[in-house]
Amino acid sequence: MGKIEWAMWANEQSLAAGLIYATGGIVGVAGQFRGWQFAAFGIAAGVFVCLLEYPRSKRGKGTSVERTGQYCFTVCVNAFGPLTRNYYVRAFLHAALCVPGGFMLATVLGCVCLGIASLIYLSAAIHGEHWEPILPRTEPPKRVGDSIKEPPQNPPPRPPPELRRKKADKLETAAYDNPMSVTVNE
Amino acid sequence: MGNWIINHGLSAFILVVWMGINIFLFVYYYLFYDQGPQFEYTRELLGSALPWARAPAAVLNFNCMLILLPVCRNLLSLLRGSFICCGRTMRKQLDKNLTFHKLVAYMIALMTAVHTVAHLLNAEWYTNSFQGQYGPLAGNLSMLDDSSELKTTYLNPVRSNSTTPTLLVFTTIAGLTGVVITLALILMITSSMEVIRRSYYEVFWYTHHLFIIFFAGLVFHGAGRIVRSQQVTDPPHNTSFCEDQPENWGKNPECPIPQFAGGFPQTWMWVIGPMIIYLCERLLRFIRYMQPVSYRKIVIRPSKVLELQLVKPGFKMAVGQYVFLNCPAISQLEWHPFTMTSAPEEDFFSVHIRSVGDWTEDLIKMVENLPEGGQGPKMAVDGPFGTASEDVFDYEVSMLVGAGIGVTPFASILKSIWYKFKDSDPKLRTKRIYFYWLCRETYAFEWFADLLQVLEKEMEERGMRDFLTYKLYLTGWDQSHVNHAMVHFDKDTDINTGLKQKTSYGRPNWDKEFEQVRQENPSSVVGTFLCGPQALAKDLEKKCVKYSEVDPRKTKFYFNKENF
Repeated sequence: MGKIEWAMWANEQSLAAGLIYATGGIVGVAGQFRGWQFAAFGIAAGVFVCLLEYPRSKRGKGTSVERTGQYCFTVCVNAFGPLTRNYYVRAFLHAALCVPGGFMLATVLGCVCLGIASLIYLSAAIHGEHWEPILPRTEPPKRVGDSIKEPPQNPPPRPPPELRRKKADKLETAAYDNPMSVTVNE
Repeated sequence: MGNWIINHGLSAFILVVWMGINIFLFVYYYLFYDQGPQFEYTRELLGSALPWARAPAAVLNFNCMLILLPVCRNLLSLLRGSFICCGRTMRKQLDKNLTFHKLVAYMIALMTAVHTVAHLLNAEWYTNSFQGQYGPLAGNLSMLDDSSELKTTYLNPVRSNSTTPTLLVFTTIAGLTGVVITLALILMITSSMEVIRRSYYEVFWYTHHLFIIFFAGLVFHGAGRIVRSQQVTDPPHNTSFCEDQPENWGKNPECPIPQFAGGFPQTWMWVIGPMIIYLCERLLRFIRYMQPVSYRKIVIRPSKVLELQLVKPGFKMAVGQYVFLNCPAISQLEWHPFTMTSAPEEDFFSVHIRSVGDWTEDLIKMVENLPEGGQGPKMAVDGPFGTASEDVFDYEVSMLVGAGIGVTPFASILKSIWYKFKDSDPKLRTKRIYFYWLCRETYAFEWFADLLQVLEKEMEERGMRDFLTYKLYLTGWDQSHVNHAMVHFDKDTDINTGLKQKTSYGRPNWDKEFEQVRQENPSSVVGTFLCGPQALAKDLEKKCVKYSEVDPRKTKFYFNKENF
């Protein structure tokens, strides 16, 4: 598995984990289970993880496929700079967020899935990957040859005047008459 | 509307039947657990969460049975062979096996979600019942214990005050297996997402083997018999009369203590068949792995395409089929599919391998370092497995569209045509073939151009120029191509391929092509075969529907797509 970018799979896994965490939390709160406070935390953590993980990172190699409508999320996540770029931070964040889920049945599955996602992110970080925003290309592609349509602004390059001057002693063979004097001391 | 029926009718019918069975199972088992009198007391503890858990369980049983079948490729090949009598519409359905597999997987995921949520509620309600939060009837029911002196059997799996829902789940077989297999399912699904599958195939392939854990857990999931139903006692216990006086049970002759027993686990009955079939498939693959395969010829073509000509005793193939290759020197566990490019009439089979990922690159590197004329690395071959290309000779007229390396199955077909012509094979029903080859760069043409040149000559010699009409499209052209073409425009043969047929630049105008085929073949059934990208498949499928007429006297287009 030489070329695998672990972050791609970690991203899918953590997005799923966020959804499961939030769903378990909703069930726990709606059913007024014992320990519903953990479930409430689960909802908040799950939603937060989903928002964080929704924008896909740009791939190191190959074409990146965006998720629908991820541009605004990309901008938000990008604004946090190294906190969101670094996968070590993400790995520890997910590990920390998943712990309270283990205290209640409804959120236990979300906890384990998020924990696994955290491990995969750790693997990604160890392999030196980092999050890169997918931003639309701002410069238009350069068009070649536009200047050809315009008339030339400058005269064609000519040799310096010293070489252009005909030798005074070769006037008979000259192709043209000098309109003005070209010798130095006149 | 009629065109849609021709091309999609059978698929839609199968989907409707499948969905119908799902809905029937859900409703039937929901009502069974919601209204069955033997669950009256269970419902006292759990409310409607019981039927909400059991109904998806039934749907899950059905779908877990189905999910293994579409990937039993040898079984599908067997079915395809036996459907020769029943027409090509039936056989075309077997091409959509992976789509069906994914659909069933989505249903399993959805039902697992419903089932899990319902059981979360159940675990909580059971615990609450035991702690007396639901009134005297529920409390008394929960107090019933498995005791031979008191002659009681338990109803509530929660047996002590210190049991929390979490503890209940992790100390019962059903709970533990449930968590494990749900986890396996989640990991399988996240690693099967399109992004992961297309770019990092190994992650998908290895993680998907978690299905072994899934099925193992699934079979034992019901072994704890945790869903209890009321048994008939002698004298009988009338629930509607006795439920108001739980304190009199056992003392009153009309209300003996109710007895409960767990339901017999049924999931294994659903899934054991497909599990055995799939086991046979893998066994067959292992047997084929042990069979010796020798190299007849190894050629490294331009643009990093590797051609391997292999010989395996007892190997028989049909046109356009594919094989799975395994090279233990590169990876013990990976099997990768490749379409065969040789014709069945030849005494060897060949594959053209392009460098697309780890495995293929390693193979090409290994082969490049071989000594001249040496044997290649040990290779195991599983297959052959059938694809839609087998049907190409059944249609009177065939349109073959190959994009880039997707032209490989058609290499096999065209070679086979050449051999069949030489032998004047009467099995050849095809009267005309239109071949469209779309390619981005010129340098990928060489290995196929040789074949086309030979065919061109053969057709001319036999005066059969109309039989094969082929058009080549260079879709990645730029200014340099234009300049080159302008300079050589009056040459007899094409500058890119050396063939008499000139290469066209850009993508084909499919409306024009379909119109031309329709005009030249007014009352035929035309089969369109594509091996290429999904976008092109959608395009061609639409055109097939657009240009088909329900009237049997007019032209009908059928679309066949190939994919791995």
